Amino acid sequence: MGSEHTVKSFDEELRRLDNMLAEMGGLAEVQLQSALEALIRRDTEKAAEIVANDRRLDHLEAEVDQHTIAMLARRQPMAKDLREIVGALKVASMIERIGDYAKNVAKRTAAIAEMPPVPSAQTVVRLGGLAQQMVKDVLDAYLSRDLDQAKSVRARDRELDALYTSIFRELLTYMMEDPRNISACTHLLFVAKHIERIGDHATNIAEIVHFLVTGEMPADERPRQDESEMTIVTAHTTGGEN
Amino acid sequence: MIAMQATTGRATDAAASPVPAFMTRDVCVFYGQKQALTNVSLDIHRNQVTSLIGPSGCGKSTYLRCLNRMNDIIDGCRVTGSILLDGQDIYAGSMDVVHLRARVGMVFQKPNPFPKSIFENVAYGPRIHGIAKDKTELEAIVHNSLEKAGLLAEVKDRMDQPGTGLSGGQQQRLCIARAIAVQPEVILMDEPCSALDPIATARIEELIDELREHFAIVIVTHSMQQAARVSQRTGFFHLGILVETGDTEQIFTNPRDKRTQDYITGRFG
Amino acid sequence: MSNSANGAALPGAGGLGSIFDARQQVSEAVSAGLKRRYARERRFRLYGMLATLFAVVVLGILLFTIIRTGLPAFTQTMIKLSVTLYPQEIDPKGDRDPQTLSSADYQRLVRDALDDYFPDVTSRNDRRELFAMISPGATYVIRSMVMADPSLIGKRIEIEVPLKDDIDQFAKGKIDREADQANRRVSDKQIGWYQRLVDRDLIVSRFNTTLFTAGDSRSPELAGIWGAVVGSFWTMTLTLLMSFPLAVGAAVYLEEFAPKNRWTDVIEVNINNLAAVPSIVFGLLGLAVFIGFFGVPRSSPMVGALVLTLMTLPIIIIASRAALKSVPPSIREAALGVGASKMQATLHHVLPLAMPGMLTGTILGMAHALGETAPLLMIGMVAFIVDIPSGPLNSATVMPVQIYLWSDAPERAFIERASAAIMVLLGFLTVMNLLAVALRKRFEKRW
Repeated sequence: MGSEHTVKSFDEELRRLDNMLAEMGGLAEVQLQSALEALIRRDTEKAAEIVANDRRLDHLEAEVDQHTIAMLARRQPMAKDLREIVGALKVASMIERIGDYAKNVAKRTAAIAEMPPVPSAQTVVRLGGLAQQMVKDVLDAYLSRDLDQAKSVRARDRELDALYTSIFRELLTYMMEDPRNISACTHLLFVAKHIERIGDHATNIAEIVHFLVTGEMPADERPRQDESEMTIVTAHTTGGEN
Repeated sequence: MIAMQATTGRATDAAASPVPAFMTRDVCVFYGQKQALTNVSLDIHRNQVTSLIGPSGCGKSTYLRCLNRMNDIIDGCRVTGSILLDGQDIYAGSMDVVHLRARVGMVFQKPNPFPKSIFENVAYGPRIHGIAKDKTELEAIVHNSLEKAGLLAEVKDRMDQPGTGLSGGQQQRLCIARAIAVQPEVILMDEPCSALDPIATARIEELIDELREHFAIVIVTHSMQQAARVSQRTGFFHLGILVETGDTEQIFTNPRDKRTQDYITGRFG
Repeated sequence: MSNSANGAALPGAGGLGSIFDARQQVSEAVSAGLKRRYARERRFRLYGMLATLFAVVVLGILLFTIIRTGLPAFTQTMIKLSVTLYPQEIDPKGDRDPQTLSSADYQRLVRDALDDYFPDVTSRNDRRELFAMISPGATYVIRSMVMADPSLIGKRIEIEVPLKDDIDQFAKGKIDREADQANRRVSDKQIGWYQRLVDRDLIVSRFNTTLFTAGDSRSPELAGIWGAVVGSFWTMTLTLLMSFPLAVGAAVYLEEFAPKNRWTDVIEVNINNLAAVPSIVFGLLGLAVFIGFFGVPRSSPMVGALVLTLMTLPIIIIASRAALKSVPPSIREAALGVGASKMQATLHHVLPLAMPGMLTGTILGMAHALGETAPLLMIGMVAFIVDIPSGPLNSATVMPVQIYLWSDAPERAFIERASAAIMVLLGFLTVMNLLAVALRKRFEKRW
């Protein structure tokens, strides 16, 4: 973190903040991974465990909130410190959201497990793998303030969005083919949507890393490949709605 | 959220407003053989508060005192470069120091009212410059200045009592009233709140914000929070060099220079 | 993260146990040395007290001696006389011409009055001795009474006139009655006559107004300090008028305006030196320059004042500069900051604030000058001057010189008067110093 503060306890507090975020990030990663595993294995027990574990993440986020507010009040940080602390506050809430989505995926897993398997599930898991890698990379980028890695994560969101759009189309097709699939496909569609949102949050974190390092938000427009809003599958009607 | 400024790394000021009140270029100050300030180029704009920050002995006060030639008092002090007030070189032979100081008022670190009545304190400037035609006009000026300095309500019943009997914050506002009584264009403030408690400080800061409507204000302060609160533009001095200037918002969220960054985040060894 | 124990921060402290040991050691060392430290402190205070005590005792002895010697001078032994103002003696023509009245033989009237008291003293020598008991001042008393009120002529008046200084001294018990007649200034006969006068209630002791109203005289009972007081007054007034503006001007220039360079340093050193020059040197200078070259009248308050001005100038300059220095620079900055010129800042703000200090310094300088003797000896202010000086160019003497003169005189009564004069001078000096203290107290640090 470069040179040290004259007030050493300030450094201590910043380090503690980093540690808390590392812990949150690690937990969120594990949650996401477990959720995806549970989805593949149709493991309802594990899914329930994931839902229960989410509370820990909420706790951690509250702790980060408290810590950052205290630091803002006591240290009146400026410049880089200010960005660090405000950034940590935002990153914490994003990780918490990622955790929420993982939990939601787990919840859907319970429902999906009751139904016959749908072939698209494999694609959704692949989407999940992509998102998981993004989360892992962006958290690494955040903890090491690695601008290049953050940029690469941000670029990968495009890929994720594209895959999501194709899953969307695929699932719609299944549903039209056989209305009995609708229930399972809808759940799966939601899972895909959650994963896509996880990718968005990873991208957001990548942008915060950019802000932390450079002091500015990325200047270029955010890449967007999620075309599900505009996706129409012919035959009858139905359009994607968020 | 973050103001963008298209300045390059060099700490030269090239800001928006058309004609700055003060335009200083390559100002160097020497005390005898010792160089206290090196090539400072900075513009002071009207209706803006410009704050100068930096560690002790960085030259910010020295620079401030160049602007009304207060350094003239010090033996062996030499100033080079150009300091233009409305395009006039204030160190040129044609510029009279007394006249300059009527145009560029100053408020000091420690409140320093004259040991005279409150009225006399404010009336002194207009009186020596012969601004008021008669007593009623002088009284009007005094009232007006005290009003602007936000002190009138507190002292209007005891104008004949000594200014030194006021509280520290009131004394400082009295000094501000004294400075604005001669209608200067620029007010220089040298750590005006360093001797005051937080409440009195807040009142002075509020006053500075109000005064911005009429004057260009330059404030030297040790408190970065204060600079961040009151000023629109900030200059960071270090070792006699103006390291960086920019919009206050930018300086305090995203300084360009490592030294500025280190100073305002408290990393100076 | 939270190991706040101060011990843990010390590298190699080796745990808490040794910290406690170290503390124990420190505490033991402190308490062991404590007793000695307090003893040393007490001793130090004792030395200071002894020094002060010594100064007070010496001063006390000085004051006591002066007062004991001087106090009797404030009373004068008088004899009651019943004088008949015979018209044929005073004013034979009866035209009340002041010239005639002034030159009449009043001494004879006094002698007549004494003859009335002692009809038995007839021999020429005895009568001379008898008449010598009365001060020659007696005739002046009668003359001035007659001059003031000529209608008294022909009447018999009851007056009190001073006795001669020797008799006065005897009356005050300063002359040993048992000593051999040859060794004392009062003869046995005079003692006898004095005793008879006392028995008849004709001797009284009165407050010595002459001391405060008369000039110098050869007769101690007629000598007073008024001439010296007036001389001192003129000298001091002139000294003040000359030295204060000069000194303040110099101090203001040096402190506020002069550039700080080698020249001003040289001047500063010289001023400080000047303050230390022996005052007699100033007297020599005055003699050579003011009297010899400029022709200022010798012995006059004017020349005395010129010399004393030279002497007090550096004192007042130094005090004034200190006073100017003590005015906070913030006041100057404040004035300059609103656009006052250097002179305005000085005149409007700095000088008024420095004035009490300057005045204090001036008063102390004047007190110093008031007590100065040596340089005045050189310029002739040591002369015997009977008349009260009426202006700065008259010959005059000053208090300390008068004291010097009297203390040198052979008559005991003069020694007594010298001490009385010292008391008066000390009174003046005390008043001046109190004034200086009061000024300082009154204007101390108002900013």
